[in-house]
Amino acid sequence: MNRARLGHVAIALGLVVAVVVQLAPFYIALTTSLKAPTELTSQWLLPQQGVYWQNFRIAIEDGGILRAIGNSAIVTVVSTVAVCLLGALAAYPLARRRSTLNRLVLGGIVALIMIPPLSILVPLYSLLTDLGGTNTYWGAVVAMVVTQLPLSVFLYTAFMRELPVAIEEAAAVDGANLLQMLFRIVFPMLKPVTATVAILTSVAVWNEYALSVFLLRDPEVRTIAPTISTFLASQGNSLGAAAAAALISVAPVLLAYLVLQRYFIKGMVAGAER
Amino acid sequence: MSGVDEAVRPRAAAETAPRRTLRGRTGGNPLATRRVNLLYLPALALFAVFTVYPLVQGVLLSLTDWNGFSRDSDFVGLANYARLITDAAFHTSLGNTLVYGVGSTLLQQVAGLALALALDRPLRGRALARAIIYLPVLVSPVVMGAMYYLLFSYNYGGLNDVVVALGGERVAWLSDSGAAVAIIVAVNSAQFVGISMVIYLAGLQTIPAEFHEAAMLDGAGYWRRFADISLPLLQPAFAASVVLNLIGGLKLFDVIDVLTGGGPGYSTSSVSTLISTAYFDNRSAGYASAIGIVLFLLIAVATLVVDALLRRRRLGAP
Repeated sequence: MNRARLGHVAIALGLVVAVVVQLAPFYIALTTSLKAPTELTSQWLLPQQGVYWQNFRIAIEDGGILRAIGNSAIVTVVSTVAVCLLGALAAYPLARRRSTLNRLVLGGIVALIMIPPLSILVPLYSLLTDLGGTNTYWGAVVAMVVTQLPLSVFLYTAFMRELPVAIEEAAAVDGANLLQMLFRIVFPMLKPVTATVAILTSVAVWNEYALSVFLLRDPEVRTIAPTISTFLASQGNSLGAAAAAALISVAPVLLAYLVLQRYFIKGMVAGAER
Repeated sequence: MSGVDEAVRPRAAAETAPRRTLRGRTGGNPLATRRVNLLYLPALALFAVFTVYPLVQGVLLSLTDWNGFSRDSDFVGLANYARLITDAAFHTSLGNTLVYGVGSTLLQQVAGLALALALDRPLRGRALARAIIYLPVLVSPVVMGAMYYLLFSYNYGGLNDVVVALGGERVAWLSDSGAAVAIIVAVNSAQFVGISMVIYLAGLQTIPAEFHEAAMLDGAGYWRRFADISLPLLQPAFAASVVLNLIGGLKLFDVIDVLTGGGPGYSTSSVSTLISTAYFDNRSAGYASAIGIVLFLLIAVATLVVDALLRRRRLGAP
């Protein structure tokens, strides 16, 4: 009995340590963002010489963080809608028409998941430069869609294969054409997998850096991750504004997480156990 | 028809005929005709132009000395690949990449499984702890890197504040290559340990309680039940988590770029950061393409090998 109790306490302590470790960077960012550059008290202390809100003003005005959030929102929403729609459309024949050709097509698309974005950086960057796609929303959206779409096609195909064919057969007998059947019968049944795909895609695109840092150099269209890294590098040793910028950029994610927490974790697990 | 043909054909027909009628090509769906394949053409067109063409182009560029901006370049054969063999920066980057990949994977399995086991029991504040440990997964690695920079910075870092308060000398955490590599592994693992944790939690929840109850009746203690029931049944979760962490670690870029920029020198560089350095800083697009192809092969081989190993063991699991 006593030993079990001891174990219980040890586990609770371990969890407290894990929680503290995970919160430490957020806490340090908070204290740093609230201090004037002249206040050199320990990072672990809250501001001792009054709260200095200027850091947030600098992050917004010089760092362009709000504009970056807007840019990320545009690129994320458009990419996510495209990845869901193109993924569901492409998955239908792959799930329902099992020919040798379609097995090859699915295998090829799944193989694309393994391509790391950096390995096609050079040719993709020069291709988009030739097409006038660098420093544009559409260029970034195309890059995001082609990197996220393979997983989407795979998840939709796996899900559709589990759906009974009988309903579609009945619809066909009733004279529905292909598009009517897709939009009225098949797509409404895809809500669970669409939630998974939408969460995986929007988190990945919102946070994307490896390609967007090169494709979006113009501050007018730059998304959050490249904006933060550029701003951090430009701030040298005055870290308060950089910390403020990081915190502002976390706010929308935190809000979405608070509202949709269950879906986030479920969606991520479903995506990982593919 | 020759006699040989007739001798072979009946068997082949017997094997294929029932399959045709049972499964058929359309799965019995009258709308799944060949025309339905049109639906994947938009996706295939995008992949052809923006993934496959760049991949092929990357192979071709890797055989040239293109500098990334001029109109012309020369064919140099496998010279770029030969350069990899002697390039010390590449050797360091490849070694670091393996440390990032394997180190993060190990750390995340141990920590992720421990956290999952701790959270798989009734405990006050369990949901909150799970939510907080998972939170960094959703934050951009660049933003997490920027916040961790505030912790490890030499002059203003939170960690050196503690060192100084304890009477020590400031430590150059991010300029010491050994420490910086370890910090990058730790930061990457802390950020994504939540994924492993929730995968293992989901795995633990699929194990029927009766298994544990029956074992307890037989007098099996906690660790015995963990080793003989939970661990084998977590094999699919283990496979999913390892593959995900390994790929993430092997293509690590964001955190390194923000924390150290691959420096000092190339001492914390990964294969991914080396590609961007070679292309944009050193103006060697041909060489950068060759490194890109190597990175692709590295990840493809690692994924296929690990997947094959874990899948085979999964079949053998009870």
